Amino acid sequence: MSDLVNVAININGKVYKKEIEPRLLLSDFIRYHAGLTGTHVGCEHGVCGTCTILMDGQPVRSCLTFAVQAEGHEVQTVESLGTPEKLHPIQEAFREKHAAQCGFCTPGILMTLSAYLRDHKNPSEEDLREAIDGNLCRCTGYENIVEAAKLAAKNMAAERG
Amino acid sequence: MKPASFEYFAPTTLEEALERIGEVGNDGGKILAGGQSLIPAMNFRLAQPAALVDLNRVEELFYIKTDPKGDLLIGAMTRDTTVEFNPEVKKVAPMVDECLPFLAHAQIRNRGTFGGAVCHGDPAGQVPVVAVAQNFDLLIKSKANGERWVKAEDFYLAMYTNVVEPDEILVQIKIPKLAAHAGSSYKQTARQAGASALVGVATVVELDEKEQCKDVRLAYMGVSEMPVLSQKVPEVMKGQKLTEALIAEAVEACVSDELDPGQDMHATPAFRRHLARELGKAALSEAFARAKK
Repeated sequence: MSDLVNVAININGKVYKKEIEPRLLLSDFIRYHAGLTGTHVGCEHGVCGTCTILMDGQPVRSCLTFAVQAEGHEVQTVESLGTPEKLHPIQEAFREKHAAQCGFCTPGILMTLSAYLRDHKNPSEEDLREAIDGNLCRCTGYENIVEAAKLAAKNMAAERG
Repeated sequence: MKPASFEYFAPTTLEEALERIGEVGNDGGKILAGGQSLIPAMNFRLAQPAALVDLNRVEELFYIKTDPKGDLLIGAMTRDTTVEFNPEVKKVAPMVDECLPFLAHAQIRNRGTFGGAVCHGDPAGQVPVVAVAQNFDLLIKSKANGERWVKAEDFYLAMYTNVVEPDEILVQIKIPKLAAHAGSSYKQTARQAGASALVGVATVVELDEKEQCKDVRLAYMGVSEMPVLSQKVPEVMKGQKLTEALIAEAVEACVSDELDPGQDMHATPAFRRHLARELGKAALSEAFARAKK
């Protein structure tokens, strides 16, 4: 075992101070050390996209980053989006359009879309399909996810006015 | 799927990083850049480096600038996304701009680095084949031996293997500006978005004042362990007026004499040759059209 290191990692605005091994993946830190189990872990080699989180606002694979590397950066997970009482517009659109079946891939897609729709005001369907091409879903066939993404884009544009 | 243990160093200056890799590089230590290829390999335990020297806190390796000659200088740790959306890159190295959207997915490019893509040398990598076609100049440093420049065409030795020694770091990529009457093009075919390309091609065509071919460089990926720079294409095309027939002849000479694609679950050798022919002709025609402008 390599030496333990002390880290303080900011996730969703809260700082988690832990003693960890450098080999600990950020995905495992989020789930097992911070207890935030909304981030799912699928393939653990960067292909499936379900562990996607935001690091300094940009979507990245949390399974392809060591937790020690996140120190000094802001991490956002799906827990930062909305609450059951007040869903984020993307979550609301996913509920409306029945875009989750088993739900395993959903957190990664929500995080990918949250950054994409923050930066792109009027995306076409093709843009949205491209935006989520790094996230695999094995249930839906993507149609309802794309419908939800379109609805979310529309609602978020309306909210911005 | 968890990585094996390693000793971890996170230097904040290049000097410190060179010192660290000088100490651990010859004992199984590796550089950690974006980690988008190394960390999956570690998760599978295909790679078990004894130590990692993480360059992510070495701020001086993150930059894109142009030198007085108009050549582009990219710090090795610059994220692929940063390169992808840089207007100078679009101007000086349009092929880089064309190929990066094919490199995995946005989430990977947000973390992956340009220097890492050059060094990793994925046989189906977009950046290595473009590097060879436009002949990037690569600046490599070590504490023991100072610095040296290596041309991309001399950089790759075998699959995932390049000339960077265990105690060295690739620190800067210099992309030479295209000549005044030159055009370039990148083309590839992949089974799906973000998947490894079956075949890719990158080419630069330079014309003389009579619009004849003054020089041409064309490289393929996906057909060998590493990028293949064609010798035949310039043999056939240099000094000639470019026509569809001549381009087809040049590509055929390359595909039949210089390419020896393997068989795998994704494509037969015959299909890869077919792709190489069609993509090669399309890329040369496009580069020629752009050079005329």
